[in-house]
Amino acid sequence: MGLSGLEIYKLLPKTNCKKCGFPTCLAFAMQLAAKKVSLDKCPDVTEEAKKALESAAQPPIKLITIGKGEDALEIGNETVLFRHEEKFYHPAGIGFLLEDTSSEQDLRKALEEIKKLDFERVGQRIKVNLVALSCKNNDASKFESALKIILEGSNLPIALVSDEPSIIGKALEVSKDKIPLIYRATKANFKEMAKLSKSFKVPLVASAPTLEELESLVKNLNAEGVQDIVLDTGEKNIAEKLWDLTQIRRLALKKAFRPFGYPVIAFTKSEDPLQEAAEALTYVAKYAGIVVLKNRNPWNVLPILTVRQNLYTDPQKPLQVESKIYEIGKVSDKSPVLVTTNFSLTYYTVESEVESGKIPSYIVSCDSEGMSVLTAWAAEKFTAETIAKTLEKVGVKDKVSHKEIIIPGYVAVLSGKLEEESGWKVTVGPREASGIPSFLKKLGK
Amino acid sequence: MEVSKENWTGKISVVTIGATDKEGGTRSSQVTLGGETTLPYLFKEGDIPNTPVIAMEVLDIEPTDWPEVLKKPFGDALKDPVKWAVKCVEEYKTPLICVKLTGTHPDFGNKSAEDSAKLIKDILQAVKVPLIILGSGDDEKDNLVLARVSEASKGERCLIGDATEKNYKTLTASCLADGHNIVGQSPIDINIAKQVNILISEMGFPLDRIVINPTIGALGYGMEYAYSIMERARNAALIGDKMLSMPFICLVGQEAWRAKEAKALSSEHPEWGDEYSRGVLWEIETAVCVLVAGADILIMRHPKAVEETKKYIDNLMKR
Repeated sequence: MGLSGLEIYKLLPKTNCKKCGFPTCLAFAMQLAAKKVSLDKCPDVTEEAKKALESAAQPPIKLITIGKGEDALEIGNETVLFRHEEKFYHPAGIGFLLEDTSSEQDLRKALEEIKKLDFERVGQRIKVNLVALSCKNNDASKFESALKIILEGSNLPIALVSDEPSIIGKALEVSKDKIPLIYRATKANFKEMAKLSKSFKVPLVASAPTLEELESLVKNLNAEGVQDIVLDTGEKNIAEKLWDLTQIRRLALKKAFRPFGYPVIAFTKSEDPLQEAAEALTYVAKYAGIVVLKNRNPWNVLPILTVRQNLYTDPQKPLQVESKIYEIGKVSDKSPVLVTTNFSLTYYTVESEVESGKIPSYIVSCDSEGMSVLTAWAAEKFTAETIAKTLEKVGVKDKVSHKEIIIPGYVAVLSGKLEEESGWKVTVGPREASGIPSFLKKLGK
Repeated sequence: MEVSKENWTGKISVVTIGATDKEGGTRSSQVTLGGETTLPYLFKEGDIPNTPVIAMEVLDIEPTDWPEVLKKPFGDALKDPVKWAVKCVEEYKTPLICVKLTGTHPDFGNKSAEDSAKLIKDILQAVKVPLIILGSGDDEKDNLVLARVSEASKGERCLIGDATEKNYKTLTASCLADGHNIVGQSPIDINIAKQVNILISEMGFPLDRIVINPTIGALGYGMEYAYSIMERARNAALIGDKMLSMPFICLVGQEAWRAKEAKALSSEHPEWGDEYSRGVLWEIETAVCVLVAGADILIMRHPKAVEETKKYIDNLMKR
C-alpha cells in the first residue's frame, strides 16, 4: 500500500535544503509518492523514516521464492480478493507430504509418482511444485538420509518439516543450495528458526493456531530480522481454514496489515483422496499460496491442477492459439480442413477430437480474439468475411487439392454467405467437438 | 489485530421447493434454500441458514452418451424414468429429484407434452420428495411441454425451468398460475441474469420464488467464467441488489460428464489413472468449484459423486 505525498512529507526533515535537487521537501515527497525518485537523494533522512517508507513501498503481499532455477516456486504478490477484480498472479504451489520413516524404496517410488504429475492442458504445461519431507521421530540422521534420497530423485523445490531447530539446521547443511522452505517457526522455537532462516537465507513458515498468535509470531520474526515468511494456521475444519485464509488476504490487501502481508501454506486434513481433492480445491480457489497433499494418484491431482489453471487465467485475456493452419497427423492434399476459432479451449478440444478420430486433418484457427465459436459468432468475430480472409491468409489452397471446408455446427447459418465470400464448398460439421471423430469417419466413406 | 468483516446489507432470498398436504400438495418433505447474508461459508461474518442441496438428475429418455462408469450404478433403471427416480430416492436417499425432459427435444426423441405430463404425474405418485423439472431448451417445444407439466403438477410447488431472456412469458404465467418456483437462466452473463429476473418479476412473479441458473462449464471447460459471474452476482446481491439476490442452481453432472477427463477410458489416457475415480472426482470437483462460488442447488448424476459431495458439504457446514 503506497503512502500519499503528504504522508511521506511528514517523515522528511522539512528543511527545504534542496540537496535532493527539488525546491522543497514537499515537492520531493510528491515525486517519491509517484515513485519517480528514490529516497537516497535525501542525505538527512532519519533511519526511522527510511524504514517506514521502505515498508510502504513493498507490495501488500510479499513475493516469496522457494527453490531456484526453472522449477523454482514463486508465490504471493497477489493484489485482489476476487479474480474478476483484476487477476490472480502466482498460481498456488501444489506439494506432497513424504515421511522420513518410509523405506528408501517407498520414497523413491513416491518421487517417481510425483514426477509423473506433469500434464499438458490447452497448450499449457501443468505440474506439481513441491516435496515436503516430514521428520517423524526427531532422528536427525534418518531425516538427513531421507533428504538425500529426495535431493537425488527430484528436481522440485523442497520443504523441511520439523519443529526441532537442530534437525532443520543439519538438513539445511545438505540442502541449502536448493533454497528449501523451513516448516516451521512456532511460539516455542522462533528464535532458533529465525537464526537458521537468516544464516541460510531461506524462507520460513510462521505457524500459530490463531490469527492473533500468528500476528505476534510474525512480529517477533520480523524483529529477529526475518522477512521471507509464509503463514500457516495449522489444522482446522474447512470453513475455519477458509475464514483464516480470507482474513489474512483481506487484512493484507484492504488494511495493509503488514504481519499478514505474506503468502499462506495450507495442509489438507482429509485422508481420503476424494475428500482431500475437494478440500485442496477449496484452498486453491480461496487464497492459499501452497497446498500440501498426501494422496498423489494422477486422477486426484489432475483436477486440482486444472482448477488452478482455470482460476489463475487472466479473466480479461482468454488463452489463445496462433491463427494459422495446423496439421494433425500425416496429412495429404486430400485431407479434410476443419475451421474453428483461436480460443485455446475451443482449438484444443477440436484438436484432441481430431487426433482421437485418427483421420489426418487440417485445422484452421481464425482470430476470434480468444472467443469460443458461439460467442465469437454473436460478437461478429467469427463471420463469413473473417473466415474467408483467414482461409486466404493461411494459404489453405496451397495445402490441399480439394475445395471443401468443414465449419462448426453451431454456425451452420454462415454456410451460404461463406461459400459466396470464399469460393469454397462449405460442409456443416457437428455442433460439439465430441462428434468430430464419427463425422470424419462418415465423411471419408 | 482487528478481524475484517464486511457489513453486508443484502440477503439471498429464501426459496422453498415442495408442498406437503398442509400447503395443498402431496410431498412428504420440503427443501429450503438461500437466506445467506455473507459469502460462502464465512460463518463468522453472517448467516448461512440452509445447507446447499444436491438433486439427483433423472432423464425422460435413456441416455445415449453416458460413459459406462456413469451408467453402471443405475443399470436398467436408465430405461424407465419412474424406476430411476425411485432408485434415487430409496437407494441414494436424494432429498430432491431433477427431471430433465431432454427427450421432448424435436431432434432427440420429440416426446409429446401429454407424455411428459403423464410422466411427471407418475413420478409424483412414485416418489414423495419435491421435484425440479427442466425442459429441453427448445423454446417452442418447452412452451408446449412445460405448460402441461406445470398444470399436471399444480400445487406441488415444484421448481420449473428454464425461463430465458427471449422465452420467459409462457413459463412465468404457468408457474404463477400453478404455484411453482421458476428457474431464470442466462448464458454466463450477469447482466442477462439480472434482466431475466426483472422480466419475470414484472409479470407479478414473487422474487422469493425465482432461482438463478447462471449456466456453468465443467472444470477445465470454461468453469472459471461461471465461477466469476457467480462471485460477482453474489457480491452484488450482498450489497443489496434485489434482482440478483436469488439462490443459484447449477447443472454440475450434465457439464462434468461431457469433459474428456471424466469420460475417457484408462486405456485411452493411462497417464490420467483409474477411470472410475477420475470420472467421479471430475463431477465432485466441478461441484466444489460452484459451491465455493455460492451454489445452492447442485444437479448431479453419479451416486458416488453425490455421496462424496454431500459429505464434503456437511464438512464445510461444520463451524
